[in-house]
Amino acid sequence: MSLKLLSANHGAALAATLAARANRAGRGFCSGVYPITPSTECMEYLCLQEIEKGRVVKVESEHSAMAVCIGAASAGARTFTTTSSNGLAYMAENCIAAALLRLPVVMAVANRTLGPPWNIWADHGDSLLLRDQGLIQFYCADNQELFDTVLCAFRLAEDQAVMMPVMVCMEGFILSHTTAQIDVPEQAQVDEFLPLTSIPHRLGDTPHALGQVELPHQVEMHRHQHLAAMNGAIDVYAGIRDEFERVFDRRLPDAVVAYRAEDAETLIVSMGTIGATAERVVDRLREQGQKVGALRVRLFRPLPMEGIRAWFAGKQRIAVIDRDVSLGFGGVLWGEVNALADPGTVVQSYLAGLGGGDVRPEHIENMLSDLLPRTSAGLPAMMEAA
Amino acid sequence: MNEPMLGGMAQTALDRRDPLLRAGNTNCGGCGFSSLMQMMRHAVADQPVHLVIPACCAAVSAGVFPQSTYGAPTLLTTFASAAAAASGIASVARMNGEDTRVVCLAGDGGTYDIGFATLSAAADRNEDVLYICYDNEIYGNTGGQRSSATPAGALTTNLSRGKPEQKKDILAIMAAHRIPYAASISLAHAEDAVRKLRRALDLQGFRFLHVLSPCPTGWKSEPALGMELVRLAVRSGLFPVLEVFDGKRYVVNIEPDFSDEALDMYLSLQLRFQKSGITAAGLRPDIDRHWQNLRALSGRIVPARRSA
Repeated sequence: MSLKLLSANHGAALAATLAARANRAGRGFCSGVYPITPSTECMEYLCLQEIEKGRVVKVESEHSAMAVCIGAASAGARTFTTTSSNGLAYMAENCIAAALLRLPVVMAVANRTLGPPWNIWADHGDSLLLRDQGLIQFYCADNQELFDTVLCAFRLAEDQAVMMPVMVCMEGFILSHTTAQIDVPEQAQVDEFLPLTSIPHRLGDTPHALGQVELPHQVEMHRHQHLAAMNGAIDVYAGIRDEFERVFDRRLPDAVVAYRAEDAETLIVSMGTIGATAERVVDRLREQGQKVGALRVRLFRPLPMEGIRAWFAGKQRIAVIDRDVSLGFGGVLWGEVNALADPGTVVQSYLAGLGGGDVRPEHIENMLSDLLPRTSAGLPAMMEAA
Repeated sequence: MNEPMLGGMAQTALDRRDPLLRAGNTNCGGCGFSSLMQMMRHAVADQPVHLVIPACCAAVSAGVFPQSTYGAPTLLTTFASAAAAASGIASVARMNGEDTRVVCLAGDGGTYDIGFATLSAAADRNEDVLYICYDNEIYGNTGGQRSSATPAGALTTNLSRGKPEQKKDILAIMAAHRIPYAASISLAHAEDAVRKLRRALDLQGFRFLHVLSPCPTGWKSEPALGMELVRLAVRSGLFPVLEVFDGKRYVVNIEPDFSDEALDMYLSLQLRFQKSGITAAGLRPDIDRHWQNLRALSGRIVPARRSA
């Protein structure tokens, strides 16, 4: 282990590099990459690493970047890519293909607002586009967590019972460009943690087609299998956390990260770095005697419904903060978790930090001031960045 | 030997034992792609090959899961992804010391249009991929709409008059990428076709083959006349058959006789031209101009048109 100062972008790329090298005795590593702000530094870093039995293909679009990953995974290699915003939207068709072909591609997404009108700052709207398409999604809150989650993503994606793409999301600039200390393991430890990539349906010697026409009952069967594997990924992840701790001597955060939530009457629910801010708010309000706690949804797909439901039980009010908006509905996370609360609980949707607006402790305190007098939830409330 | 159109070379002891396109596939009768795959079977022989097929007729030909019509491992990709996915497969094969030939089989839509940026970029990177465009000059899979490969004067399901623009010169564009090998293939000239398929399979780096692929369904022509139509297209000079090495050395493989009779017959045997009213005389000036260029490029300055 060694401590390094790295941006989250570089951290993700370093984790991918270590994972790539760990497959040198297997079928190697091949990645397709294309730059887009704010994930560019991740692909630049990856391109400059020496990877024995590895190749990073510098393609002409995000669409092709994922196509290279699809080809590489079809040939049995470990794969990784990174993108943001419109790049992810452009890549979406092939992200879906990778998911439906059950190929374990790992991608780091530096979240950024979709446009035009152009905006380069953070917003979860890009990765949430792919909410329903069979890709596992993690949202991280700091550099170490992102690094560890990328490493773990390879193990999870390539698990024989999971076998699907994993997106590891970080808010653009807020995390992607923040330099912080990362505890980087030795290659030997990564080798121990990550088994060689084995993709049972890869193209080998036997003629078979990947991705051909399927009839309705076959699509149903494959969706059923995919759904079951998705739901099973929650337990697989729990197992990987133990294994991660055994090898690296530190623990990966849970699928949902609770903070002073046990005896809380009011809960702040969010994803990504807003969750870290919410924890500071909890500390501040606890000092004032308010019974507030925070819950950060780290694993968004599959949604750990049981875990969230257990934390929601008995709470009076829940503020769900979304750095996204489903236009015509409200916060995406709010829509997801609303039904998991007790019938009497007030679950209010707050939209904040869209287009990369700052979400500071005082913003969250304003939300709680708005929430506490409420006896029933109202329309989703848009909180302007001030 | 029961395939006279293949010049007696298919179905010999040299052929790959398992056909690349197996019997019972759903291709239309007279589909040029089927004939191409017979020649491929012969040319590929025992080499390991992986096929990469974007959305196109050949993706449907693969058949319904879990059976496969193809006698080689095959990846079906999204419409615009074949050349990039093939780059990934070829990269992994090479880093594992495998000599697997990675072959893209794409229609004209996936090549000339939606997949063009992907194709251009893979050629630019000189990926170790053989890209074959079987060009039926329409979006055949969706029922026959205009593509940029549709020739001047042809009617499609979404054109009310014959196409006013000329067909895109894909071979020149690919040659301009200075790839090791770019060639056009006439299915009616089996010996030349198989020779070029073999050469393209053997070379390293990015290779591009352009195949004029008769489509009785889209061309509104007799299924049995497909090969004859290709022969007429070659004879009349409409479809030049040539090779380009490294984007520099142009070699014309089959000398046309520039017969107006052949061109007339080519047009009259297809309802897509008949209905639009395009004539041989209307097409001839552009054919002549194209051949003047080819003469200059191939260094064989002979008159573009022989007198009758």
